[in-house]
Amino acid sequence: MADNTVQYKYKPGNLQASAPNKLQPELLRAEEMIINLGPQHPSTHGVLRLELLMEGEIVKEAVPHIGYLHRCFEKHAENLPYNQVIPFVDRLDYVAAMNNEHVYAMGVERMLGIEHQIPKRVEYARVLVAELNRIASHFIAVGTYGMDIGAFTPFFWVMRDREHILRLLEWASGARLLYNYIWIGGLFYDLPVGFEERCAEFVQYIKPKLSELETMLLQNQIFIKRTADVGVLPLDLAINNGVTGPMLRASGLRFDLRRVDAYSVYPELDFDIPVGTGAMGTVGDCWDRTYVRVQEIYESLKIITQCLDKLNGEHKRTRDFDPQALVPKKIRPKAQDLYVRGEIPKGELGFFFRADGRNDVPFRCKCRSCSFTNLSVLPELAKGILIADLIAIIGSIDVVMGEVDR
Amino acid sequence: MLPFEEILLVAKVQCTHSDPVAEELATPKGIRVHVHDLLAVMLEMQNHPSLYFDLLSCITGIDNGPGSDMEVVYNLYSIPFDHHVMIKVKLDRSDPRIESVSHLWRSANWLEREIFDMYGITFLNHPDLRRILMPADWEGHPLRKDYQHQAYYRDIKVEY
Repeated sequence: MADNTVQYKYKPGNLQASAPNKLQPELLRAEEMIINLGPQHPSTHGVLRLELLMEGEIVKEAVPHIGYLHRCFEKHAENLPYNQVIPFVDRLDYVAAMNNEHVYAMGVERMLGIEHQIPKRVEYARVLVAELNRIASHFIAVGTYGMDIGAFTPFFWVMRDREHILRLLEWASGARLLYNYIWIGGLFYDLPVGFEERCAEFVQYIKPKLSELETMLLQNQIFIKRTADVGVLPLDLAINNGVTGPMLRASGLRFDLRRVDAYSVYPELDFDIPVGTGAMGTVGDCWDRTYVRVQEIYESLKIITQCLDKLNGEHKRTRDFDPQALVPKKIRPKAQDLYVRGEIPKGELGFFFRADGRNDVPFRCKCRSCSFTNLSVLPELAKGILIADLIAIIGSIDVVMGEVDR
Repeated sequence: MLPFEEILLVAKVQCTHSDPVAEELATPKGIRVHVHDLLAVMLEMQNHPSLYFDLLSCITGIDNGPGSDMEVVYNLYSIPFDHHVMIKVKLDRSDPRIESVSHLWRSANWLEREIFDMYGITFLNHPDLRRILMPADWEGHPLRKDYQHQAYYRDIKVEY
């Protein structure tokens, strides 16, 4: 066997040693059983493994096992210069890479003290691509959620519409999913000529499709029966669990970091923050979470329209505009600790940096991921429900395992 | 009064072992407290009527390398009052132990498990302290500065 081949020698005890069950079969009472769900089950949205203590069809306890997609983001970040971490940041929440990059770039710029010098055109372009990506991410969330509970058609519809967004972003950055487009201090390139017009066309195209999606999915009686009053997350439990993003808003709190922290150019933009109202059942149920996501797509479209107005008017493309003008050659922030946070489609993405002032690499870079904390509420929600409802709840949390495991 | 000074004063009342130290270089501003004062300070941070830090955003473990110490940093945010604060604790590197805050904020449960996994910091009175991201039979704590990865894991070469 050559040295560089990777061989996995199967031994029967390997799984028990590396990912041992928490629930003990010996302690089971009559009628109880342990069921293993995942990690390769399509409804777990990636590689999430759940250990379920069942009594008939009722889930008594759920124990999540994560880490199957752990790619050592923090270790990599501590060994690379700040600007070279951006491709790794893309791979956290890989369906909304622009939003991740935006938060990361903002954090490093804040450490360098150049946050307020970034040209407005760059900031508007960042917000434009980030909101486009937010729509793409919510499409995935809503579409796959529909498919989880048996609605097949909306999935095809949203994938069709998401393709337009991916092509726009590919045109701007050269990649379909992992862009490396937002750089520290600027952008990789300026938006391509004609991008604004195509974007405006897309906004016009997508609006009727969205109302179609709403009628097809949100107002669908089967969908309502499967999601209303299921997985109700009370507001106090949500906050105590660190739940953020659409999940927190669905529980009734009007809390959006784009408004609260007013970072980037969001204070100059006009948009609403949809919250769950319990229209079909109780506030904070699965239907509310899906409803909030669909409403947020409308709000993102509003933001995109305003960004396009600015990019076509006040901050028009000029021949000598260089989006890389402020990109620092050498990134060495002063010694400091900094926690930066921003709203990505799943919630609050935060980065904790410690710079020691002597190195071009961060001393510590911690990623606070929203899917991770949002998923940690699952054992609370999964007590005493049917196993079919558990699938509905996992889908409504909208986990991206790349971000959970980092 | 400025919010940060008020927070510092609230923390000071709770500290019995040593006075809290303000860290102005941090963003948001930080307070360094003694490890034995942590629980009292955190309880007061959560329940004080004019602070009410209800959201524990992030817990970070930091290893300052052999010969130095370890740190745990808590990022708190108060939704009703829009206050941020960073609470820092230094730990002895040879035997890092700290009280868990998972009974105050449930979000601390997994965040602390992750720090235990990556740094080997023991959280006392934690309900379920197991490894979370690495396999249960992994050797060592990967984010420690003196970490040497094992050569093979189940006959798979670990080298990256």
